[in-house]
Amino acid sequence: MTNSLNTARHCDVLVVGGGMVGSALAPILAAAGLDVVLVDREDPAVLTSAPFDGRASAIAFASQRLMTTTGLWDGMAAHAEPILEIRVSEGGSPFFLHFDHADLGTAPLGHMLENRHIRQALFAATQRTPGVEIKANVAVTIVDGGGARALATLSDGQTISAALVVAADGVRSALRESAGIRTTRWNYGQTAIIATVDHERPHRGIAHEHFLPAGPFAILPLQGNRSSLVWTEPTADAARIMRLEAGAFDRELQRRYGDFMGRVGAVGRRWAYPLSVSMAHRYVAPRLALVGDSAHGLHPLAGQNLNLGYRDVAALAEVIIDAARLGLDIGQADVLRRYESWRRFDNLTLLAVTDGLNRLFSNNVTPVKLVRGLGLAAVDRLPGIKKFFMAHARGTVGGKPRLLEGRAL
Amino acid sequence: MWWDTQGPFRPLHQINPVRLRYIRDRLCAQFARDPNSTAPLRGLRIADIGCGGGLLCEPMRRLGAEVVGVDPSEENVEIARQHATEAALEIDYVQATAEDLAAWGEKFDAVLNMEVIEHVSDVQSFVAACAALLRADDSAMLLATLNRTLKAYFLAIVGAEYVLGWLPKGTHDWNRFVRPSELRATLAKAGLKITDLKGITYMPLPREWQLSANLDVNYLAFATRT
Repeated sequence: MTNSLNTARHCDVLVVGGGMVGSALAPILAAAGLDVVLVDREDPAVLTSAPFDGRASAIAFASQRLMTTTGLWDGMAAHAEPILEIRVSEGGSPFFLHFDHADLGTAPLGHMLENRHIRQALFAATQRTPGVEIKANVAVTIVDGGGARALATLSDGQTISAALVVAADGVRSALRESAGIRTTRWNYGQTAIIATVDHERPHRGIAHEHFLPAGPFAILPLQGNRSSLVWTEPTADAARIMRLEAGAFDRELQRRYGDFMGRVGAVGRRWAYPLSVSMAHRYVAPRLALVGDSAHGLHPLAGQNLNLGYRDVAALAEVIIDAARLGLDIGQADVLRRYESWRRFDNLTLLAVTDGLNRLFSNNVTPVKLVRGLGLAAVDRLPGIKKFFMAHARGTVGGKPRLLEGRAL
Repeated sequence: MWWDTQGPFRPLHQINPVRLRYIRDRLCAQFARDPNSTAPLRGLRIADIGCGGGLLCEPMRRLGAEVVGVDPSEENVEIARQHATEAALEIDYVQATAEDLAAWGEKFDAVLNMEVIEHVSDVQSFVAACAALLRADDSAMLLATLNRTLKAYFLAIVGAEYVLGWLPKGTHDWNRFVRPSELRATLAKAGLKITDLKGITYMPLPREWQLSANLDVNYLAFATRT
């Protein structure tokens, strides 16, 4: 231990995972003067390419404020399509729920961005921010958080000593496993088919969440006459749809879209993601904090998992930077506990809500249909409740980290 | 034990952030530093009197100061040294008293007397020794202690030691608690003037200690030469 300490690269925070959460956290911490090492098993060139991740994400208003306040939005703004309205509807029901950004002020409800553009902007930020050292193509093999500093061994043989290790290494987080943090996980037996769709008519900034008996069918506006499609089907059906040749796939699409956008057709490849929900039992272990997918995986129904990840980032950055500015050990137990108690309640609440919504809508039983139809209509007519739902969609509720309110740390 | 945030020194860990914020902000104001910058106390030499396991020394060092921690207990000094080594922090820990430092002619930009004077038998001579450690007219002494009020008796002794068990029984002797007026007079005799006094109050809802105007129980003082 003494030997490896002597040759170790010392830093304040070791961020493991350079995805959309880890590579946002690293430059935010470094901008506050912390010495950060960011490790990823992939090459950034691969991470930021379209074939690696063809999905798009909704960046909620609060997440955008975090990005704007920390200078990360600059690299994304040019690629962002504002969401001006959200229309939630169901099968053949005449009832639908309508969220208009004008009800809350002038700012959009959120923005749609292709993941590769988010990744590119964040990667550029990690490169230009002094104080972030990027180590690509390496994995973390061992982490020992038992001492006054955490010691991490990398696959290239290097040892890194850090006051705190952040696990941003995704749903199947190896760091979480090795820390012995258990997760509760369940599958929906549903698979989301993701594709980019071209359409004849403009989307006018409207996002559609259409609840079909098989699962939600979401159309989210991208730049130009394009949308990001999240089409949920039972896993067996999804496999069949994934195998369809282009013409047949487009016909299936057209059938579900109807004709309100004119002719529609998929561009580029399709992606299939089995839907599951997971929740880590703890968010922290000695000198370790979980952020993003390593801590929680939500049903993608509300498109909120990445935004929850950014709320993790905002809370953890605030807790760490406040502690560092008092000269405290940023990896000590009471600092980490503050982060955990701040985030867990919020994440569990949203998990329960979106899981409940999906269960409510993914079946065809008539009384349930009636209730949810009336429910949607009722929500639409009660401005208070609607504002509450919209505030949730925008991520502006809950005990707020300063960055989510647009205040600098 | 000193460094277990849930162990017997948990109350000190809980009160540490508010003490540190006070020390940092006062010193930054005194020496024209930006408290949000990296290592704002760089270039300042600070003595921590009665440093214990180093709960104040390590943060001061991380904030950039050159730190000397003294404690009469050999055991404390050893624990502090070992912990600093593990944390890769360079801190000079010495088994000594403030009087020793003064006799050796050591000088500092700031002297920290946190939760010390209520344990000292001759407060006046102790304060005089600490005052002799100040390097220049703008050097500062920071103190934290307990007020000799009925409320402090019930909260700090009956409450913290006997009811809540936050502190070991016998930690504090109420008769040695110091009223702000007495502290002011004692410091004045040593040529120091208190320019700021703040209370520390426990806020049950966020479950943390905060600065307040209420000096009834725990309070902090900032003093420089008159």
